[in-house]
Amino acid sequence: MSQTATKPVPVPDQISAPFFDGARAGRLMLQHCAACAAWSFPVRERCPHCFATKLEWRQASGRGSLYTFTVMHQVMNPGFASAVPYNVAQVDLVEGVRMTSNIVGISNDALRVGMLLEVVFEDVGEHVSIPKFRPVVG
Amino acid sequence: MPNQSKGAIVGLGVTPMGKIYGRRAVDFAAEAIGLALDDAGLTKSDVDGLLINANIPGDMDVRSQMVLGFENLTLVNVMSAYGSTAGSMMQYACMAIREGLANVVVLVYADAPLSPTRGAGQSYAGPHRFPLGGMVGLRAAYGNFGANPEYAMAARRHMHLYGTTTEQFGIIAVGQRKWAQLSPWAQMRSPMTLEDHHASRFIAEPLRLLDCCLVSNGAVAVIVTSAERARDLRQPPVNVLGYAQCAPGDNLRTDRHPAVETGARKSGEIAFRMAGITRDDIGTCQLYDCYTYTVLVTLEDYGFCAKGEGGPFVADGKLGPGGALPTNTGGGQLSGYYMWAFTPLSEAVVQARGQGGERQVPRNDFVLVSGNGGILNYHSTMIMSRHASAS
Repeated sequence: MSQTATKPVPVPDQISAPFFDGARAGRLMLQHCAACAAWSFPVRERCPHCFATKLEWRQASGRGSLYTFTVMHQVMNPGFASAVPYNVAQVDLVEGVRMTSNIVGISNDALRVGMLLEVVFEDVGEHVSIPKFRPVVG
Repeated sequence: MPNQSKGAIVGLGVTPMGKIYGRRAVDFAAEAIGLALDDAGLTKSDVDGLLINANIPGDMDVRSQMVLGFENLTLVNVMSAYGSTAGSMMQYACMAIREGLANVVVLVYADAPLSPTRGAGQSYAGPHRFPLGGMVGLRAAYGNFGANPEYAMAARRHMHLYGTTTEQFGIIAVGQRKWAQLSPWAQMRSPMTLEDHHASRFIAEPLRLLDCCLVSNGAVAVIVTSAERARDLRQPPVNVLGYAQCAPGDNLRTDRHPAVETGARKSGEIAFRMAGITRDDIGTCQLYDCYTYTVLVTLEDYGFCAKGEGGPFVADGKLGPGGALPTNTGGGQLSGYYMWAFTPLSEAVVQARGQGGERQVPRNDFVLVSGNGGILNYHSTMIMSRHASAS
């Protein structure tokens, strides 16, 4: 069964559906607490800040900065065999949430901690898109 | 009861380690426990407590008792805070002994994830470990597999903030390899230079192969009892004078920085206070070293140097043989063997007893042991001594 391996594709479930539906429509949807106004990630039923059960999905700005990154050389999954070396990054969103993602539209050598980023969406399956980030130009 | 023994380690068993195939984790566990009982001068029927460190494959479950043949245990549990668990187990064992719930408690870690067709990387981060359902599926979609990229990102953050260099990471690796060459238990005993470190392939930048721990098949068991009971047994007791945990929380908030400010800080403060000693009393450190970076950041958070100065602190080779702060004297997880926090715990017992042979450190009154689990999410500290009290 050694066909060309593809990258793994997430399978949305009930609680994550608003996130993936948003990504499909080009919107970064995150949970926001109506009680304490904090944003959180990835998903849960109670706010991790104040523990209230008033989390609502809201569109986030999609803007942030590069907290840190790595360039992966080791192939841990056959779907990434032709992708190495690829970057994995942590992005600090202005909403106060830190997301792991990939940075696109820039060479790995040019990545710099602190650089400004904005969200883009990449189709990874027939029905699934995921947020990635690219440098803000200008 | 500050400054007093909370319990004593009276037996240690360490099996052969590494690419040893065809045996189950529980078989390694049985061997390690047998070695520890012989070491202590105890028999299986003396044991009334069994604490098992959950391993990643999950086969070291509570039913391991049946395979091992223990009867009428009054304390039994499987525990997991990942790589910090040995410290949690030691707390539970000592508290249970002092409450009279058990008298002789076996603590064991055993694992056998390696096979002829599955190496170190795949055993810890292969596709079998990455479900795709829901938000968890994002990790696989981004290629964020296992601990390597996460620790690489932590190390990169530290380098960005403080100017830490990969050469400084390499000096840690080289020092530990020198120690490993003095230990009959170590898996990696061939010489290693800084050039070898720099020439080793990248796993996840900035981490190279020689910045990363081994993965081992094998087991370690220790036997814990009261300080009073320990006096009559075969080996010099190793007293546990202090222990603590700290779990700082996840890193998915921009106001948290566990990647560069770990739970070692709070955990260490509590443990030192409990033991009634200070850092200056520590003759050797046995620190969790899943990566070279982990050693560096742990030393900072224990206060051996200021935050951000871990790189310059280690750069003179003070952690290696002959250095001012001998650390990971069995080679650690980088060059010795990878048994989660049972790696530093086992070497602490050897050093506190004064049985290190060629690698024995000169000052062994107080030994500092750290455990670290997840992505710097869980921390444990233990302070060991050949003395039953600090005063």
